[in-house]
Amino acid sequence: MTGARLLSVKGLSTEFRTDRGTVRAVDDVSFDLAAGETLAIVGESGSGKSVTALSVLRLIPTPPGRISSGEVLFEGRDLLKLDEREIRAIRGNRIAMIFQEPMSSLNPSLTVGLQIAEPVQLHRKAPWAAALDKAGELLERVRLPDARSRLSSYPHQFSGGMRQRAMIAMALACQPQLIIADEPTTALDVTVQAQILALLKELTRAANSALILITHDLGVVARYADRVCVMYGGRVAEMGPAREIYAHPRHPYTIGLMASVPRLDQEAGSRLVPIEGQPPDLSRLPPGCAFQPRCRFATERCRVERPPLVSTGPDHLSACHHHDRLGA
Amino acid sequence: MQAYIVRRVLALVPTLIFASLIVFVTVRLIPGDVIDLMLSTNDIGADRKSREQLEAALGFDRPMVSQYFRWIGAFVLDGSLGQSLWQSTPVMEDILHRLPITFELGVYALVVALLVGIPIGVYSAVAQDTVGDYVARSFAILALALPSFWVGTLVMVFPAIWWGWSPEVKLIPFSEDPLRHIGQMTIPALILGKAFSAVVMRLTRTMMLEVMRQDYIRTALAKGLAPRTTILRHALRNALIPVVTLVGLQAPVLVGGAVILEQIFVLPGMGQLLLEAVSQRDYPVITGVFLIVGLAVVFINLLVDLSYGLLDPKVRYR
Repeated sequence: MTGARLLSVKGLSTEFRTDRGTVRAVDDVSFDLAAGETLAIVGESGSGKSVTALSVLRLIPTPPGRISSGEVLFEGRDLLKLDEREIRAIRGNRIAMIFQEPMSSLNPSLTVGLQIAEPVQLHRKAPWAAALDKAGELLERVRLPDARSRLSSYPHQFSGGMRQRAMIAMALACQPQLIIADEPTTALDVTVQAQILALLKELTRAANSALILITHDLGVVARYADRVCVMYGGRVAEMGPAREIYAHPRHPYTIGLMASVPRLDQEAGSRLVPIEGQPPDLSRLPPGCAFQPRCRFATERCRVERPPLVSTGPDHLSACHHHDRLGA
Repeated sequence: MQAYIVRRVLALVPTLIFASLIVFVTVRLIPGDVIDLMLSTNDIGADRKSREQLEAALGFDRPMVSQYFRWIGAFVLDGSLGQSLWQSTPVMEDILHRLPITFELGVYALVVALLVGIPIGVYSAVAQDTVGDYVARSFAILALALPSFWVGTLVMVFPAIWWGWSPEVKLIPFSEDPLRHIGQMTIPALILGKAFSAVVMRLTRTMMLEVMRQDYIRTALAKGLAPRTTILRHALRNALIPVVTLVGLQAPVLVGGAVILEQIFVLPGMGQLLLEAVSQRDYPVITGVFLIVGLAVVFINLLVDLSYGLLDPKVRYR
């Protein structure tokens, strides 16, 4: 991590009450983020990455969800201790979010212009006319063709890529310190995905905003992230600089993830290796390592003793008993 | 949109023809016919000759088909609905005279139902599973379960017994004393709107709960909007679309309820006209009332369809 610390998540746990008992979707997760930095949180669905992101802004639906412990220090203040009014002043203003489904994340019955102008009007106390003007400017900045005339359009008149551009415009509206993008391109066509990510990266860099990019796509991570946090079963499996993790993965799950992603530099005809088995059932995690049932390096120790997150190199952490036998 | 309205209105023609046929035929199937009634009340000896004379005078000696075409023909050509068999007054005049009262009662009840049902429904959804929610839902069930004719009768009877007070029997026209007129209409409107408000409340609650789970609500909250703004600006509008549909579907129910309440509260509306006409087998009046009510219901539903466009931008009228 370089530069001043912007966000520091410490020991965050989020639980959900379900029919089958309490499920800990996020279990003792800690990470830091510097101003202007891009952190990728990677993992399968159910790994807790989205819940982690939502917990930062306290957007977990309560009930059934509940942040049971931890701290989320943002610019020195613990977001979990703020009252409702104070956290609302942060949301959309200092920290903005971009969601996965551009189809359903915009309100179908309100104009795109209104929805982008809303945070400007709210946080900057701007009159509607000025806020709408700003919304037009924002749409131009996300390079929506014919931006100004699109203000009065409704979301259903937009394509998926255009909607995600509108979401990015909305997130940028108040020049937040931090943007959390929860799988921003998963629902989009592959060709559009690259455009949107490049745009997101470019605009956050221009605004010097930090970015938390939540994804299951390691290809995305390689191109856009400074640091990577790999999550599995609600816990951090491995964390470190993106380049370092690519070169020297220190967790079998990370290794498995990389082997299951197609790469252009692979030999033609070489096979992708899927990770065997199913993602873990969070209500019935094994006592030891959560990944152990799917792990080809697993030993008896992995079955009984939960591996702590330990340093394996400069700024590189891994939660594996056998991290020193891996990679190298 | 204009083309859409024109097409919708044209599409009403077969509906109305069908409705008019049903009304015309079924009215004549009610046991006991108007000739018998007239002969007995006028105390004319029910011999065959006078019966035939009366039938001929009223036009009932013609085949049913020709009767129907004369009736519907008169309606289409000059908007007339024939004459009352008893009073010999034009049916259209009678109806136009009484329509405003029924219309007023229905609209008043509808406004009451929406003003009561929507806010309570929203509250109940936001406060899901709290005491307030249970109280609101219990009242809704109660409002649905108590029949309005029973509540209406209670309101007429008990205050009279306890305090010697009863609603005025003569309706004061709006033009004479607006406040007292509205005051007079309030109790019947409340009773008529009661059940509908319960339905509106339940549907609003269900739809709000559904909408509040949508991703765009999470987006609104992530922008820092207060729960109040989120509910009013982002949720309610989307939740109300089915409520509008319900208004269209409930319109005939309101008319049915109005018939009974007008009788109880002695309001000179269409309901009273209809009941009198049915008991006297005054065929032209019955069919006339039904035709006008049918027209009204059909037009209300057209209005409902048009109002979707205001709530849901995806609706385009082509």
